[in-house]
Amino acid sequence: MSLFEHLSIAFDSIRNSPVRTFLTTLGVLIGVFAVILLVGLGDAVQTYVLDTFAGVGSNLLQVHAGRQETRGFQPSSGNSRNKLSLRDYEALDKRGLLLDGVSPVVLGSSELRLGDLRRNVVVFGVGPRYLELRNLAIGRGRFLEPEDLDGRRRVVVIGETIVGELFGDDKSPLGATVYLGSTPYRVVGVTQKKGKTFGFDMDDLALIPATSAQDLFDIETITHLLARAKDKNTVEPAIEEVGELLADRRGGTIDFTIYSQDDMMEMVNRIMGTLKFFLGAIASISLLVGGIGIMNIMLVSVKERTREIGVRRAVGARWRDILLQFLVEAVVVSVLGGLAGVALGAVVIRIVAHFQPDLPVGLSLENVVMALGFSAAVGIAAGVVPAMRAADLDPVEALRYE
Amino acid sequence: MSETPVIALSGVSRVYELGAERIQALRSVDLVVQKGELLAIIGPSGSGKSTLMNVIGALDTPSGGSYQIDGQAVSGLSDDQLAQVRNQKIGFVFQSFNLLPRQSALDNVALPLRYAGYSRAERRAKSERALRRVDLGDRLGHTPEQLSGGQKQRVAIARALVTEPAILLADEPTGALDQATGKEIIELFLRLNREEGVTVVLVTHDPQVAARTRRVVTLVDGRVVEDGPPKGGS
Ligand SMILES: Nc1ncnc2c1ncn2[C@@H]1O[C@H](COP(=O)(O)OP(=O)(O)OP(=O)(O)O)[C@@H](O)[C@H]1O
Ligand SMILES: [Mg+2]
Repeated sequence: MSLFEHLSIAFDSIRNSPVRTFLTTLGVLIGVFAVILLVGLGDAVQTYVLDTFAGVGSNLLQVHAGRQETRGFQPSSGNSRNKLSLRDYEALDKRGLLLDGVSPVVLGSSELRLGDLRRNVVVFGVGPRYLELRNLAIGRGRFLEPEDLDGRRRVVVIGETIVGELFGDDKSPLGATVYLGSTPYRVVGVTQKKGKTFGFDMDDLALIPATSAQDLFDIETITHLLARAKDKNTVEPAIEEVGELLADRRGGTIDFTIYSQDDMMEMVNRIMGTLKFFLGAIASISLLVGGIGIMNIMLVSVKERTREIGVRRAVGARWRDILLQFLVEAVVVSVLGGLAGVALGAVVIRIVAHFQPDLPVGLSLENVVMALGFSAAVGIAAGVVPAMRAADLDPVEALRYE
Repeated sequence: MSETPVIALSGVSRVYELGAERIQALRSVDLVVQKGELLAIIGPSGSGKSTLMNVIGALDTPSGGSYQIDGQAVSGLSDDQLAQVRNQKIGFVFQSFNLLPRQSALDNVALPLRYAGYSRAERRAKSERALRRVDLGDRLGHTPEQLSGGQKQRVAIARALVTEPAILLADEPTGALDQATGKEIIELFLRLNREEGVTVVLVTHDPQVAARTRRVVTLVDGRVVEDGPPKGGS
């Protein structure tokens, strides 16, 4: 009997009990759905995050106040008494031989006003090197200069999103006066369009001198320090150098933590690894449960169809004809569940792609084939025992079965 | 010399072992059935009639003795070969019809042909012809639940006939039918035997049915106690 014949018998049986088939396939459906999401979304998110990190700038170090015992990125709560100051920035800027640029960062938010137009903006108080450290560029006008920092000048560089909202397309923002809080600032430059990074619109921020930001927020400290090592190989030595320079200034006390980009990438990889592990676990458990479900239903089905098996044997079915009949049915049921899972996964991926156009999500043929392969394997594994039981039935006993 | 018998059993026994208990369902049965014969097997309940039919039908393996079908020795055949014998040489008709539910009469009749490897078109043609032989040419698409008991048994007979087997085995084929319908089914067997020369072995409890055949084999306690033309009757 050809495989086609077995398939046709399997489809007959499935047609006879569509609801049962659907319930049987549910586990496999969910499992394959999880597999599709796992490979379709997990990889996409990881790729996206790592690409974004690369886009933020390379070989970057961040110094935060507060001591962190374990390495790895975990923004400190900042409860330490010793804060970072602009003196620390100056020390690194002057004496950091392995550093290729340092910038203080003073973070805050403030109301930005132009005439009657008001909106809240994220304010970055930074140094002149900040733009290049972050792989940003100036589009119009100029960026902040050392004199702006030294002179605590009220100048601001804004992003295109703010420009669009406050000035429209035709008015030039350069030279205009805007208010941050109650202080007038002169717009000296506009950054080049960058788009979103980690969901944050890089064109929706106001960059002012770190000194002016301290005045604006009425603080003497800085939020963190951003520095760049000369190249990939000097990241580790640069961390040491920064550590020594800062410790020197504190008489040996280490009350700060240095993170490298590698630490952050490692963290991302770790989070993604965990996420993938859980998705993978859900997928495996669902497939396992799905397989057990199929096996149970098939065992019941073999019991119910004992007489049918006897009749088939009586009219000439061989041992392997019966075996294949039930095995093929298990595989078909499982693969149908797999197809439904793929379809559901494709829909969800479509939806995600619609709302997160930046995420490189997708459903590759390879993944579909893999998912269907999984379901076929589950079907075989789940079908073997019931199929053997069916094929091993004694024809006479089977025919006498009530 | 006469031609090769369809069925030739000699000294066939069948023993069931239930723990320490040994049940002798068949004891040294000798039975020869020639082509074109119509014979009835009768005997009290538990005398081994069904067991004998299962042995003849190559569904059950005897514990001893030898058995040939169409000149071919059955003992020693592999499981696959037995399946082939059942497929090609035997047509089974059961008391309880044993049709596949939800499948049309045509598909039910075509079942043995599937295992024989016929194409769809051949299966359809042969099954239609078989259904016409049992006067059901107009019920091809009906499922068992849309058929009466007598019609179901006709479908089952068509299924048994469709492979043109050497012998038709019917174990109490009227047992689940009312008297009138049972009579019709018996008439069908008689007609198939008379007009088409189909060899038939029929198990029955009904002396009137046995009387209509030309040979009656009586089993008692697993033994053939009589083998000859029907006696008396009506
Ligand atoms: N699978 C089995 N295991 C044990 N004993 C069995 C088995 N099948 C049949 N027997 C025994 O073999 C004997 C013959 O049984 P069989 O079914 O052939 O009788 P029968 O003549 O067909 O009876 P009935 O007219 O009631 O159908 C009985 O004693 C029965 O109990
Ligand atoms: Mg019986």
